[in-house]
Amino acid sequence: MTDIATMPQPVSFGRRLKRFMADRPLIPLIILLIILVVILQVLRPGIVNERWLANTAKFAIPLAILAGCQTMTMLTGGIDLSVGTVATMSAFIMATQIVNQDPAVAFLLAMLPAVLIGLVNGIGVGVFRVHPLIMTLGTSLIGTGFLQVYQRTVIASGAKIPDFLNWLGTGVTYGFPNALLLFVPVAVLIVFMLNRTGFGRLLYAVGDNERAARLSGVRYWQVITALYVLSSLLAGITGLLYIGLIKAPSLSLAEPLVLPSVAAAVIGGTSIFGGRGGYTGTIIGALILTVLTTLLTILQMPEGGRRILFGFIVLFVTAAYLRIVEDR
Amino acid sequence: MSRFLRNQGWVAGLFALLIFLFVVTKLIQPGYGSGDFGSLARAVLPYAFAVAAQTVVVIAGGIDLSVAAMMALTSVTAASMMNGASEEYALFVVPFVLAMGLALGALNGVLIVVTRVPDIVVTLAMLFVLQGAALLVLEAPGGAAAEWLKASVIGTVPIPGLPDWADAWVPKALVLLFVCLCIVWIPLRRSRLGLSIYAIGSNELAAFRSGVPVARTRIVAYALSGLFAALGGLSLTISTGIGAPIPGPYLLASVAAVVLGGVALGGGKGGLLGPIIAVFVLRLVRTDLTLLAIDPNVTAIIEGLIMVAVVMFGAFITMRSRPAGATP
Repeated sequence: MTDIATMPQPVSFGRRLKRFMADRPLIPLIILLIILVVILQVLRPGIVNERWLANTAKFAIPLAILAGCQTMTMLTGGIDLSVGTVATMSAFIMATQIVNQDPAVAFLLAMLPAVLIGLVNGIGVGVFRVHPLIMTLGTSLIGTGFLQVYQRTVIASGAKIPDFLNWLGTGVTYGFPNALLLFVPVAVLIVFMLNRTGFGRLLYAVGDNERAARLSGVRYWQVITALYVLSSLLAGITGLLYIGLIKAPSLSLAEPLVLPSVAAAVIGGTSIFGGRGGYTGTIIGALILTVLTTLLTILQMPEGGRRILFGFIVLFVTAAYLRIVEDR
Repeated sequence: MSRFLRNQGWVAGLFALLIFLFVVTKLIQPGYGSGDFGSLARAVLPYAFAVAAQTVVVIAGGIDLSVAAMMALTSVTAASMMNGASEEYALFVVPFVLAMGLALGALNGVLIVVTRVPDIVVTLAMLFVLQGAALLVLEAPGGAAAEWLKASVIGTVPIPGLPDWADAWVPKALVLLFVCLCIVWIPLRRSRLGLSIYAIGSNELAAFRSGVPVARTRIVAYALSGLFAALGGLSLTISTGIGAPIPGPYLLASVAAVVLGGVALGGGKGGLLGPIIAVFVLRLVRTDLTLLAIDPNVTAIIEGLIMVAVVMFGAFITMRSRPAGATP
């Protein structure tokens, strides 16, 4: 009996679990994803098949790319709420300009607002030090205004979805959605950039300790401007992909993706305060949310209930990660 | 007098700007009269309450991103409760909705204190939750408002002993706004609680060491913000006669007016008068643009640009006023 006092105190299960979660955040996420898929299969036996997998991937991909924008901006302690508007603008401009223009010209025109909004976001956040949330919200408001004015000028010419985007957004080849052709390079690029390039390290550095980063010679505003332009460009490309999937250009096309994109990045383990996280977790986060959405649709949960749930998920996960980090 | 000017210089300047804008309005539209002023006061009403909600929290050193969503939720709740109900029932609806705002605001504060997640993340999550709740209450714009409530913002208040022409310049909406704000703000400002709110916004640690109950004060500040947001939601329902579940542009407008009103985004400085005058300035700019026969969508863009510029300016000032080298 007296031996116990001299033995090292065994680490409690909760503490071990916390440390495990902090060290390998991907494993619990994958387990959660599998649990969700199993629940789905139990509720609707036979739903999980090849077609369902392709479909889930198709809807998860635009979300995952937008969540990539959130991941990168969150690493610096920011957030990009203008991704929905940017994606919608690019998609809408593409669909209306393709009627009379050469595809290449239409593509460039579609990317123009994305670059501009990204630039304004970057300058506002990097130079004027406006809180990213307020700044991106403001630019998205302005962007929506421009889109409404633009819509009236093209009302006569109509809109069509280019065949190529249709193929990319909805097409399936050998059971694999064609959207993977876009997503895999984008994902590899983001992961490579974050882990292996100087720019990626700068993002972590700026988010972890901005002052230290600045004192070590990082030009804060340049990093931030480049980051927000990149984020906007990715959002614009996602818009083109998304219009091929949804096939109905509207002024609120990608708006419903904004909240889930933030949630996906947060679930994936990226800290909303900056400095910690990565893109692989975000991809799994996007998959979890897509499966969860299917599940909630089957359970006939209305849109409002879904938003409430997503809001609480963001809050709960952030609070949980905060505890884990504090413990270390 | 000179001391008053030094302390209230910013507000006085803002007031001069407002007068100047009125003169400009009169020049653009020589027929601009008391009726137009009445409709300006009605248009200002929801914005002013949104700004009051934001001001309290910003003075306490936080920010409330859920203001617009809170207004949407309280607005649809009021509209759907009054739909088909008797006129007297509205006497119960108004206090109920106000209590709901107070409680939900307090929930914001409690979540911030308990989870220790920064206010910006908590209120962002609450924005999603409240938006979802608003959609659950009412899926599409609808509902109704009691007639006597609608009448309470239309027309003017007869003041004995005042000639008719002067009386016409005292719209009911304006009186309602000032009565509601004064009932809450003046006793608060003169109480220990009000002082505590300024104290925790100015320097939380110093306030804590001087014996200010930081957690309780923060919860009260958010509860008051919820109350003002509920007033804003009610005024939306009253002036439109229906409730809409999609939040309006009140979040950005409230932040812009707070900044323009001379309240430091860092907290602890400013009052309620400045932001309220700022709202009038922002609304009057919109009126002028409309009077100049500018397309309403273009007006929305210009308004957005002004708000973003104001926020950028405010952030720039905040950055400059900090001691060199301090981390923001």
